Amino acid sequence: MHISASNLTCVRGSREIFRNVNFSLSSGEALVVVGPNGAGKSSLLRIIAGLLRLESGQLELDGGDAELTIPEQAHYLGHQDALKPALSVAENLAFWAGYLGNGAAGGTAALEAVGLAAIRDLPAGYLSAGQRRRLSIARLLAVPRPIWLLDEAAAALDQAAQVRLIELMRTHLAGGGLILAATHAPLGLEAAQELRLGVA
Amino acid sequence: MEALAALLRRDMRLAVRVGGGALMGVLFFLIVVVMVPFALGPDLALLSRTGPAILWLGALLASLLALDRLFAADHEDGSLDLILMGRAPLELAVAAKALAHWLTTGLPLVIAAPLLGLFLNLAPAAIGAVALTLLVGTPALTCIGLIGAALAVALRRGGLLVPVLVLPLTVPVLIFGVAASNAAVTGPVPFGTPFTVLVALTLASVVLGPFAAAAALRHGLD
Repeated sequence: MHISASNLTCVRGSREIFRNVNFSLSSGEALVVVGPNGAGKSSLLRIIAGLLRLESGQLELDGGDAELTIPEQAHYLGHQDALKPALSVAENLAFWAGYLGNGAAGGTAALEAVGLAAIRDLPAGYLSAGQRRRLSIARLLAVPRPIWLLDEAAAALDQAAQVRLIELMRTHLAGGGLILAATHAPLGLEAAQELRLGVA
Repeated sequence: MEALAALLRRDMRLAVRVGGGALMGVLFFLIVVVMVPFALGPDLALLSRTGPAILWLGALLASLLALDRLFAADHEDGSLDLILMGRAPLELAVAAKALAHWLTTGLPLVIAAPLLGLFLNLAPAAIGAVALTLLVGTPALTCIGLIGAALAVALRRGGLLVPVLVLPLTVPVLIFGVAASNAAVTGPVPFGTPFTVLVALTLASVVLGPFAAAAALRHGLD
């Protein structure tokens, strides 16, 4: 599986955020997107996730399921956690597992992997910011999708949870997955490519 | 299919949990209908003559109440991004949300209408006609409202924009809904004539609504 992007340009509200961004990423590789605030790190991930219009340039995927688009094979972990406060931890995860994965049942294992199994019946409204983030990460584990788009995934996580997240990312890469991560703090992934976006 | 069932179940669960909109619609309907006799006075003949129109107007306003949050809530917490990344076509996902919305806010109005008809001194035949026309007509209200709710998210405007956009579009549904209810009691037009038009309006909006709403959501990507 291989993603290649050539000459990506992003325009938002008639302002050009970045232009001529190129990268190429194969199975088992990670790309770390760095740059100052406003450089377009989140916009780049949202373009790949199909949530922002691509102004110009090509984004191509080789391999993978030919029937599916890139967004349909990708997980997007954005700034918002996409959790409903009225539903319990397990219900939130079961919904996304059912919706994104057509009923994949890896819910319990995923909750254990992020350390939330003990509070599975607590409404998500009572979770702390870090716990909400961990529940979002559980979504990536419950539904297998090869491409992970992580936007500041480690935000709000404590030291131990950050180490755990790096472990999960390594496991995903070892299993042939691809990761694109936008970050300010160094992730500590070996052999990750770096894409530096400047302020346009 | 499993994905759509998951979305339907989640939306219905959210609507009936604390803070959901399921009960608010019925309560609003009840209040609107109860206020009318205070405004019109205790003239039983007048109430039973205007009853079907009052019930339809109350149901129309009540069904708009929770529409504002239909996509806005998912937009604010990031769920809408992930819904767009699902493998189910967006049109069907939108239709699943519409079905959940109708089952939790439209159907309770239909069930409450006969009881509220008693408050307005409606004859049994008129009560039956109003309930039947509401059963057929409320899905049209939901699907027309769907478009307004999706546009409100795409245009980043909430609040009153949805009713202002949606109410003019519901005029045909209101006209034929009330006309069919009145025809069942007073004539002279047979009940079937306006009722068939109402059925046609519903079928058209059930087909067009999800496509228009999905198009608005896609267009509003930013």
